Amino acid sequence: MAGKWKLIGEDIAPPDLVAKITGKAKYAEDFRAEGMLFAKVLASPMPHARVTRIDASAALRMPGVEGVITAEDLPPSDNPYAERALTMEPLYEGEAILAVAAVDETTAADAIERIEIDFEPLPFVVDPLDSLRPGGPDARVDGNSFVREEGETHLRSIKWSAEAFENAGDGLAMGEVNAEWKVGDIEEGFSDADFVLDETIVHQSLTHHPLEPRSCMAYWQNGKLYLHASTQSAMRTAGAVARGVGIDTDDLVFVAEYCGGGFGSKISGTVNMPIPALLARKTGKPVMYRVTRAEENYFGRARPGFQARVKMGWRADGRLTALDLFIVQDNGPYGRQSDMFTAGTIGSLAYTPLTMRFRGVSVLTNTPPRSAQRGPGGVQVVAMLEPLMDRAARQLGIDRVAMRRINAADRNTKFGSGQAALTSAFVREAIDLGAELFDWEAKSRMSGQRNGTKVTGVGVAVSPFVGGSIGFDGLVILKEDGKLYIHQGIGNLGTHSVADTARAAAEVLDMPWEQVEIVWGSTARNLPYSAVQAGSQTTHAHTRANYAAGLDAKRKLQELAARDLGGSPDDYDVGGGRVYNRGNRSRSMTLAAAARRAVVLGGRYDGHELPEDINDATVKSATALAGQGLMGVAKDTFPREGSTFTWVIGFARVEIDVETGHAEIVEYVATTDCGTMLHPRSLGAQIYGGSIQGFGVAMSQKWVYDPQWGVPFTKGFHMAKPPTMLDVPLDVQWAAVNEPDPYNPVGCKGIGEPPVGAGAGAVACAIQDALGAAAFNRTPITTEMIMAELEDIPAPFRQPTAHL
Amino acid sequence: MSEVEIITDADPPVSRRNFIKGVIASGAAVSSAAYLFRGAGTATAQGTAGAVERLITLTVNGQQRRVDILPQETLAMTLRYKLGLTGTKLGCDRSECGACTLLIDGVPHYSCSILTHSVRGREVVSIEGLASSSGELHPVQQAVVDGGGFQCAFCAPGFIMSMVALVERNPDPTREEAAHALSGNLCRCCDYHKILDCTMEAARYTREGVPAVAN
Repeated sequence: MAGKWKLIGEDIAPPDLVAKITGKAKYAEDFRAEGMLFAKVLASPMPHARVTRIDASAALRMPGVEGVITAEDLPPSDNPYAERALTMEPLYEGEAILAVAAVDETTAADAIERIEIDFEPLPFVVDPLDSLRPGGPDARVDGNSFVREEGETHLRSIKWSAEAFENAGDGLAMGEVNAEWKVGDIEEGFSDADFVLDETIVHQSLTHHPLEPRSCMAYWQNGKLYLHASTQSAMRTAGAVARGVGIDTDDLVFVAEYCGGGFGSKISGTVNMPIPALLARKTGKPVMYRVTRAEENYFGRARPGFQARVKMGWRADGRLTALDLFIVQDNGPYGRQSDMFTAGTIGSLAYTPLTMRFRGVSVLTNTPPRSAQRGPGGVQVVAMLEPLMDRAARQLGIDRVAMRRINAADRNTKFGSGQAALTSAFVREAIDLGAELFDWEAKSRMSGQRNGTKVTGVGVAVSPFVGGSIGFDGLVILKEDGKLYIHQGIGNLGTHSVADTARAAAEVLDMPWEQVEIVWGSTARNLPYSAVQAGSQTTHAHTRANYAAGLDAKRKLQELAARDLGGSPDDYDVGGGRVYNRGNRSRSMTLAAAARRAVVLGGRYDGHELPEDINDATVKSATALAGQGLMGVAKDTFPREGSTFTWVIGFARVEIDVETGHAEIVEYVATTDCGTMLHPRSLGAQIYGGSIQGFGVAMSQKWVYDPQWGVPFTKGFHMAKPPTMLDVPLDVQWAAVNEPDPYNPVGCKGIGEPPVGAGAGAVACAIQDALGAAAFNRTPITTEMIMAELEDIPAPFRQPTAHL
Repeated sequence: MSEVEIITDADPPVSRRNFIKGVIASGAAVSSAAYLFRGAGTATAQGTAGAVERLITLTVNGQQRRVDILPQETLAMTLRYKLGLTGTKLGCDRSECGACTLLIDGVPHYSCSILTHSVRGREVVSIEGLASSSGELHPVQQAVVDGGGFQCAFCAPGFIMSMVALVERNPDPTREEAAHALSGNLCRCCDYHKILDCTMEAARYTREGVPAVAN
């Protein structure tokens, strides 16, 4: 593919970089409005309670206090289980009950102290297994697990028998589940196996903690709500805001030009967005709601933890014959989480077992709400299963990289419950590339070697994740200034995809990048219907959509030229800022002139007539833009056969100090099959950044809960322990296979998610390797766990307890 | 919900009915008492404790700025809410993340944990003070642009201030020294390697000058 593109594959910094590094870029908390009030919330001090009385009159009589809202001020919801911005039945410590607006924050906080509020405590539970025990508490009054029946979601109370728990010992008890699928005969798979492992593994819950808290500011003007918030996806957040406030999206101007990190926690905005909007309506003044770091811990979302029973069987040649995955998912109190389902799918794709069974039960707890976190389900399953692959390799005398190659997916693999097909897969190529870059052959001989007090371990992990979706809209306008304006409805969350996916449209029209303007970040800027910026779908989905819009614009340019200059449209091509006759280049017109002609001709040329298959949101935006130039607008209808998946392979080398138990990652290499490289430097940053988040999963980040009172200890950064610059190796490398995906016009697949599992899995394997195949079966692998292993004393926890 | 008494206006009914059994948790703890900003709104209504001047002069980005502050006001809040300098970010307000880092007499500090009245007479430089008035970027900023640094960039202003302090103190750091100098700043996108690459390039620009043709 080399040489085919001018922009795809180049290092081009996003156009907003200078604003970001000079302090000019405005994030949500940087906006001001005349007379702006500040909001504070009263958060539940209990993990589960019913509010029985609120008296805010004394607070409201304080000078400077302007208004209070409670759940009664929210628009009604037709889903009784849905999470809302405020509640009268808090389901976790820290959930917001009411909000106060005052002239400044200390006054608002003082007012909160003056509010009289009575709670009726209700039963609560923080560990899913405690809820599954006979007579165990349910996290909600009506049950502890969501079930889908006849298209509706209900709550049920699932309890397992006392015998199940007694028989399990320190292993995970197994009882009724509410999700199950299988492929092949699992018993036959195990009977074909020469080596079988049956392990209980705990994967922690952990908060997303983007650096920008989900602060938001709102005001109303002439009946319209203006909201500044932090979101991963711009166009796909507007509806959530409107629903949360109870208005039509036409009455909303939603501004979200910058997002200070999301990682899945701000996919369609945030649950607290209605608070300043409703306080602003009630008080008639703008309201800023600054969210604290502790509040980020409470309602800033978290990855669902797993307590799992994993049984795997291998033939003597290393082939995985059976994978039996049994998962208890910590669902948190709201929303039916899908991580465990994805874990089943990714487990199937990562190791292509000859037979497989997935069983899962998602159990509600009175802990903060969960959501997708970068590599949802995939990270958990890779971090849990990769160390087992290593133990089997050691037992069977097979090299660990060879073990991955033996079980790797390829183009013909079918995976998951539906035995889905793949659009492309260059997994062995990525493994081989990484093994060479890391020099696995030499490094793996360092395994267990002692140097002073340090012992070395190496690990490898294979991490696939979804790499694209299809069917969204592209919208571009070629204006009379000769520039191409590419409208992007996706968000600007730091992946640079808001700029990078625009390249596809520019490529079609051979536009130099300096002539491209990217329009994004506000519903007032007329943006097309877009993917949510999640699931690593954006790069694939929006290179397709922008390519489609580019092709539409190109066709219109060809038609215009034929009309004015003679011949047929196919005689013309676009390049060098002109539309020209292939046979006679002097028969041409500039793109600026073509844009002027398009406006004169109107109709479909300038957006007055639109295609019928585009989304209503795109129709609205295109209609508002009609008459400004030559419009390219199209729905992505490019074919796709199979599912789009990306792989990252991680290789880690660690050194463990046998006197202190401290583990240090000293080297890391990652390779990827993500299709054609779109923006190499940014791709490298995604690979490293995601992998380092995975290091946090493997080694440091977790929750600690007091089961007696149901309250967390890990509310700030220093307790939640995300990786710092000193936790990462200086010696890192990455590389990409760089083979195009056949179902993307520029060959690209997404990259955001799979590095996290690669980082987590490789480091977990390397730590295990340094200690001679020690079975931790738990993340994060902390210093005290390593010390207990080194000193041969019992583990400092009782498996499979959560939130330790 | 109808049996629950909710009073959200200032003049409630005289009788308070329905005193319901259970835990009375009036004044539920606000877990974030320090993450607060008192603005001008009620400042005049409060007795100002302590003998600290209210109206002070700060030197920010080379300019003298008169500003009305409260004794407990942090420098980050003064800059962000009174001087219009929103480039300084707040990620934790607890000296944990470094997003609010700025220079006081050339030394990086967490401005979330510096009281404004304590910096009178000292030179404060925030991210807005790095580029020249004509828009020419500081060599460190230019190195970041050339290296395509940062993802979401919410940490960027704080990191860049730490980078400036480093290269001015030591224009020829090793990668390890640079990592230590920047370890007080968190990047949740974990773009640490690109940030380090940019830092090493920034040090080179500081030693050798910014190349005439930047990438």
